Parts: sequence; C-alpha cells; structure tokens
Amino acid sequence: MNNPPDISPVEHETEEYAHEVRRHVRGYLMVGATLLAFTAITVALSYVNFGTQKANVAVALLVATFKAGLVAAIFMHLSAEKRLIYRILIFTGFFVFGLFWLTYLAWYDPIHR
Amino acid sequence: MEIPYTVSARRDTGLWNAKVGIWLFLASEVMLFGGLFSAYIFLRLDAAPGDWPHGLLNVPVGTMNTAILIASSVTVVLAWAALKMRDLTKYRIYMAITILCGVTFLVVKLAYEWPQKFDHFGAFIKEGALEKYEPYLGNKHLLEEGLPPRKEITGHLHNKEALKDPNVKEYEIALDPVYADPTNRKMDRPHFWPMPATDKIATIEKSDVKYATMFLPKHSSYFASYFTITGLHGAHVLGGVLVFCYMMLPASTRIYRHNPEHLANRVEVAGLFWHFVDLVWIFVFPLFYLL
Repeated sequence: MNNPPDISPVEHETEEYAHEVRRHVRGYLMVGATLLAFTAITVALSYVNFGTQKANVAVALLVATFKAGLVAAIFMHLSAEKRLIYRILIFTGFFVFGLFWLTYLAWYDPIHR
Repeated sequence: MEIPYTVSARRDTGLWNAKVGIWLFLASEVMLFGGLFSAYIFLRLDAAPGDWPHGLLNVPVGTMNTAILIASSVTVVLAWAALKMRDLTKYRIYMAITILCGVTFLVVKLAYEWPQKFDHFGAFIKEGALEKYEPYLGNKHLLEEGLPPRKEITGHLHNKEALKDPNVKEYEIALDPVYADPTNRKMDRPHFWPMPATDKIATIEKSDVKYATMFLPKHSSYFASYFTITGLHGAHVLGGVLVFCYMMLPASTRIYRHNPEHLANRVEVAGLFWHFVDLVWIFVFPLFYLL
C-alpha cells in the first residue's frame, strides 16, 4: 500500500481554518440557545390541546425534527460535508424509511380498519 | 507503525478515515434505534384507547436532563474548536464540563428517575370490576368528556408483602392524586409538576385485579419500551463519557503534542457520536415524557 504518511496540514492553512472555527463558535452558542428555547417550547406545546392526540403528536414531532435538524446541520457539520457522507446517509435514510414502512404494513389491516 | 489517514484526507474519499468510520457506525446506530422506535410506534398504534399511559414520568426532571444533554453537545463542540485554536487549557475545561454533564444525566436517570418508577405501583382492574372501583376511576366523567377510560389504579403500595404472599387478599394503595379525585377536570390531563401520592388509601381486592405490578418493564408496553430505549440510550451516554475521559488522559496530551490535528479529529469523531446521542434524546423526550 502506498499510503502517504500522516502530516499536519500546511501551517497557514491551519491558521485560516482556526480563524474560520473562531467565527463558528458564536454560531454554536446560538444554536445551543435555540435548542434550549425549543425544548421549553416542546414542553409548553404538549400542554396545549390541539384537538386530537394525533395532532399533539404531530406538533411535538415537528418541533423535535427541527431540533434534530439543527443538531445534524450545525453541530455535526452536515450543512457542509463531503459527498461520501451524504451518500452514506442517503442509504441510511432509505433503509430506515423501509423499516418504518414495514412497521406500517404490519399494523395496517385493510379489512378491519 | 503509523496509522495512515488520521489527519490527512484520502484522495478517493476526500476524508480522513475515522470520519468515514464514524458515519458508517452512526448509520448502523440509526437502524438500531430505528428498530426500537418502530417497535414503539407499532405498540402504541395498536394500544386500545386508555391502554397507553400518560403523565407517568417526571416532566421537569426530563426537561432538565434534556437541557443538560444539549449543553454538553455545545461544550463538546467548543472543546473541539478550542483544539482547532490550539488552546489545550480551554479544551480541558470544556471537556471536563461535557463529562460532568454526561455523568449528571446518568445519575439523574439511574439514581433518581428509574428507582422512583420501581417504587410506584399500578393495578389493572378486571373489566367486570371496573364499576366497583368507579369512585377511584371516574370513567363516567371521562365518558362525558369524550376521553379514554381509566383501567388502572396507581399509587404507593402500602402492603408490599401483597406482591408475593398469596394469603394477602388485597392491595392497599396510597392513591395518586388522579384517583383520589377522579372527576376533577383538572385531573383529566397530565400536569407539568408531578404530584406526590395522596394519603387517601384504597383497598383493592386481588380477585378484582387482572394484573398488578410495580412500574417495571413488565408493567406495560409503554414501560417496556421506555426502559429499553432509555436504557440503551443511557448505555450510549456512558460509552461517550468513557471515551471523553480517555481524551483527558496523558496519552491524549501526547497525541496533541505530536500532532494537535490528530487529537482534534478524535474529538470531532467522539463529538459526532455524542451529538447523535443528543439527537436520539430529542425524540425520546417528547415521545415518552410528553405525549
């Protein structure tokens, strides 16, 4: 195998990157605060009666999905990642969707419902 | 021997190896938790009206734990950023806070929340005897309100020997507030602040009980999925904490001295795992505590 040895990136590139990171730290703190705020919102909304239990579940999951999206996009750097990672995640999404689809098929009974 | 591609990117993937590794691992984790969540959905959709419990968990404590986990997600990314800026002291501080958050989360879960459940009792009443316990259940009131009926009476079990001794013919329960005042409209829906068991004692004959148990996994599909999912999640938190502890050891400092990017990348990978654990909790919290 002709793997190149591990080396530190070029000095000035590291510097540039560190500068970029410093800029991002503020963003991380903002996202953290937003997540905390939305946690409070989730709790508050759960005591609001949206008519049916299903509607309440939908609202709570919507907020949760938004929060999860923030964590994935910002903390996990998915907003700007290499193509390979997205490819892995497309497969994951496909299979997890399939899994939930199977669950739905197992539950769905066209005769009795 | 030097392990290749711990810092520099491979030409074909465009990434250092651990990054690809952790994402593949997280993909498998999605399937693991996905399976359990789909089991939860399946059990819940098939539960008869009134069979899926609400308001049995401590919401303020759950909210606090959610906040702790979110805070730790912020500190771990700040620890990583500190390494990128080559500030080892700051890195150690943020890492220590992250570990502290993780440990607090686990302690709250294992030393407070779970034991509290293990000490709570519920008796499911037989269909034919529901009428007899109507003063505790208040099902006529619920029917008028268009709400699902209550089939279980919960509270603090006074005579614990009743669980094992067949000669004890009844359960004596210090009732939860809902059953002490079942027709009170304020009791129709769960409260944010948990209310302690009242001093009103109900005597429930064993012959009227379909099934009685403490709040253990065997209590219901709800608690079975609650303990399974939060248990697995807790194991992940523990795993994360152990990895973070390793990253505070002198061995990690040596890596930093040798090549700071190497440690930064390790922290990034461990951080990705930690954020995933946080992400799972973001769904666990509303599904079990609130809905």
